[in-house]
Amino acid sequence: MSLDRWEMVVGLEVHVQLKTRSKAFCACSTQYGAPPNINTCPVCLALPGTLPVLNLEAVRLAVRAAHALSCTVNPTSVFARKNYFYPDLPKGYQISQYDRPLAVNGSLTIGESADGMPITVGITRLHLEEDAGKSIHDRYPSATAIDLNRAGVPLVEIVSEPDMRSSRDAGAYLRTLKQILEFTEVSDVNMEEGSLRVDANVSARLRGETRLGTKTEVKNMNSFSGVERALEAEFARQVDVLERGGRVEQQTMLWDGARGVVRPARSKEASHDYRYFPEPDLPPLVLSKEWIEEQRRSLPELPAARRGRFATEYALPPADIEILTSSVALADYYEQAARAHGDGKAVANWVRGEVLAAVNAAGISVREFPVRPGDLADLLNLVRDGKVSHTAAKRIFAEMRKSGERPAQIADREGLLQEGNADAIAVWVDEVMAEHPEETRRFLAGERKLLGVLVGAVMKKSKGRADPKQVNQLLTSRSTG
Amino acid sequence: MIGPLDPRDVPSSAIDAVADAFERMEEVKAGREGLNLILWTDRVRAAQAARTCQRDIDAGREGGVLAGVPYVAKDNIATTELPTSCGSRMLENYVSAFEATAITRLRNAGAILVGKSNCDEFAMGSSTEYSAFGPARNPHDPCRVPGGSSGGSAGAVAADIVRFALGSETGGSVRQPAAFCGIVGVKPTYGRVSRYGLVAFASSLDQIGVFGRTVNDAAIVMEVIAGLDPHDATTSDAPVPRYRDAEERGVEGMVIGRPKEYFPPSLDPRIAALCDRALERMRAQGATVREISLPTTDLAIPVYYIVAPAEASSNLARFDGVRYGLRVRGGTLRDMYDRTRSAGFGPEVTRRILLGTYVLSAGYYDAYYKKAQEVRALIAGEFRRTFASGVDLIFTPTTPSVAFKHGAKSDPYEMYLNDIFTVTANLAGIPGISVPIGRLDGLPVGGQLMAAHFDEMAMFRGAYALERALGAEAHR
Repeated sequence: MSLDRWEMVVGLEVHVQLKTRSKAFCACSTQYGAPPNINTCPVCLALPGTLPVLNLEAVRLAVRAAHALSCTVNPTSVFARKNYFYPDLPKGYQISQYDRPLAVNGSLTIGESADGMPITVGITRLHLEEDAGKSIHDRYPSATAIDLNRAGVPLVEIVSEPDMRSSRDAGAYLRTLKQILEFTEVSDVNMEEGSLRVDANVSARLRGETRLGTKTEVKNMNSFSGVERALEAEFARQVDVLERGGRVEQQTMLWDGARGVVRPARSKEASHDYRYFPEPDLPPLVLSKEWIEEQRRSLPELPAARRGRFATEYALPPADIEILTSSVALADYYEQAARAHGDGKAVANWVRGEVLAAVNAAGISVREFPVRPGDLADLLNLVRDGKVSHTAAKRIFAEMRKSGERPAQIADREGLLQEGNADAIAVWVDEVMAEHPEETRRFLAGERKLLGVLVGAVMKKSKGRADPKQVNQLLTSRSTG
Repeated sequence: MIGPLDPRDVPSSAIDAVADAFERMEEVKAGREGLNLILWTDRVRAAQAARTCQRDIDAGREGGVLAGVPYVAKDNIATTELPTSCGSRMLENYVSAFEATAITRLRNAGAILVGKSNCDEFAMGSSTEYSAFGPARNPHDPCRVPGGSSGGSAGAVAADIVRFALGSETGGSVRQPAAFCGIVGVKPTYGRVSRYGLVAFASSLDQIGVFGRTVNDAAIVMEVIAGLDPHDATTSDAPVPRYRDAEERGVEGMVIGRPKEYFPPSLDPRIAALCDRALERMRAQGATVREISLPTTDLAIPVYYIVAPAEASSNLARFDGVRYGLRVRGGTLRDMYDRTRSAGFGPEVTRRILLGTYVLSAGYYDAYYKKAQEVRALIAGEFRRTFASGVDLIFTPTTPSVAFKHGAKSDPYEMYLNDIFTVTANLAGIPGISVPIGRLDGLPVGGQLMAAHFDEMAMFRGAYALERALGAEAHR
């Protein structure tokens, strides 16, 4: 079987939980991890006679996401009921949007191709909907338990065009999307907590073919790498069918991550007629042009734009940019320090190195890190101005992590301020030359490589306080003087 | 016996008023073995509420416009002190954990709930024969139906048990039983009264309505329950006028339309004659009567029986045996669903769920549901243009016949035709009121007044004028 003759075609449907405090249609909390069925009320339990009332914060976040994905936001969109029976769907229908979604026609650039062209994935639509509850099948031996805490939590569903051509593209799409949703503070995007869920539509066709093959829908992936592996597995399965002259059946496949295989879902799980119709309990969602525009203006700088700016404004190499823009918090941290200090590259080295190591070791977010960007800039200013050595700076930094004290204070207390006084330096140099007569003789006789040895001895004698540049100059002047 | 329910005529004490209501229930045999109008009561609790209310009145505290006035509510309106069964096995003995907004507003106005009234199962029917707890009977003639689906509420007011009652309308379920029982029945503009707590039948058509012995009773209750509710996104924030002011304003200068489609050659000529007498009386009070035409009228029943079942099929999906109400165990989830829903729903509800599921199915949606919504827009547009052309009110018979005998309408379609003059207002979302306009062989006949969206004021002006002009003739 030759996989190379075949091309993978992928479109993704991503469900993202919006970061609201309350549910989409009632005032219940969206807090994750509460005891089962605590975050419920008559509305999300679907008691007879209850009605949904739309949470405007969910609308605001969804519109933000739509703007971040360059979608056109429809001034009028319509909620619809998606009808199906399942014990964790209390109303027997999910409130979603169908033929008039909140936003359409977006795009997302997920990287560059080998020849440097941007790879862009079209976004077909983005709509608002509510989550279902959770069915727990493994808690009791002969019963399914239902937890409705999640029922009614607001989601956006983001549907892409079938524009991806590999599992790598799919992975890049998901990582880029996740980053954008985090940057815009639309979602926490946590796959473990289920705040991002992915279904994939995948088909195979011979390279050069322009028509789409029959697709299958792959579900049940719970990590980005799982999505990539599931796509590879399903693609290989389809190619196998096609190579043997068979036809791919349009069906739903379930990914079994433990065994690394896809298997067809039972037909009942796949063949729903959802009987969509406009939700009569909610009037059409009408948004003014001004409000929509206001949401667009309030967006923070998106990751792609920020990467571009980091390259031009701070002259950073791609590797630095990649790391520093991995989250809004880190990019903000870097940028505040860089602006306060001035030397972007020097700050980048510190943030990539010391700061990230410390943050990761402590298992905290950059926002909680005790060394604030201004403090880091102060420390680097001391280094630049020759007040402390690089080695001393690391010691000071370690102290700042613990105490949150200002760097100058620590340097002073610990005696780490570099001695810039020429007289003091001259005394140390004299002493070192007296203590190392042999090296001094050879150095003065022109053996230049001994300069380093002598500078090192002076630094040691001064306990790192001597400015190595001045020591260097003084010793050099003696040898030539 | 018939009198205004205003401060001039508050019962001597809340305690007496509630006790009288229960005595009257026994006297007319309002329970299962008799007229079967009332499904659930709690005498002790009601008496307690009455004592609390009376204490407040005696202490001189502001008691609210309905202080101490007993009432019943249709059994599809959520109450926490009495069950809310919707006339269905599915919810037998189900007690709601929350209360309908209309119930809360009535309590805040001092009214005391003394019972939940019988109705067609989930409000699907026009005779209250489709209640799982047996058919209700018309106080004027127990062999006949009280109308439906709010037949229990209408009967309770007609039998003098209570001064007013809450019902609900989807296609005429307040106006039609009001006509059959010889009382006043109001269906407000869609969005005028909160639906929160009204167990949904067809959400885009449902509205809580009011029965009163008099127009004034109904107007007062409307003032209490109408208005914006943050729990119902389809309620309007338009201010609620003092509907009682309509009494003074009369109908002088108003234009009343008489649509010829509501007076077809097949209409019982005696009903037509009573309508024309009513129109004549209003003309005598200074109104102008104008012949009009509403050509889409005959499309209303087919449209209604697509839209309403479609929404019902979705609204009733929550009765799945999982969280509340009836559950019949089964070997699999699917078995449990099948058994629960087969045992819980009666034949008419089942018929409408099937019909609704069908019209929403892939491949049929455009031909049925979508088309029906388009025709519905035509019907609404026709009313809008009519009212924009200078017509203030439309007058029609409420029903094509008087109350029929139990079992007389065994064919569902014949039963559906009962709503022929009332469904249009639900489809268009406009307000309508049925007022007694006379008797036929001793059985009440109702006349209907419809007005433009949120123009309940015009509707009440017409109703007050008609009631005053007919006087005792309305009940002869």
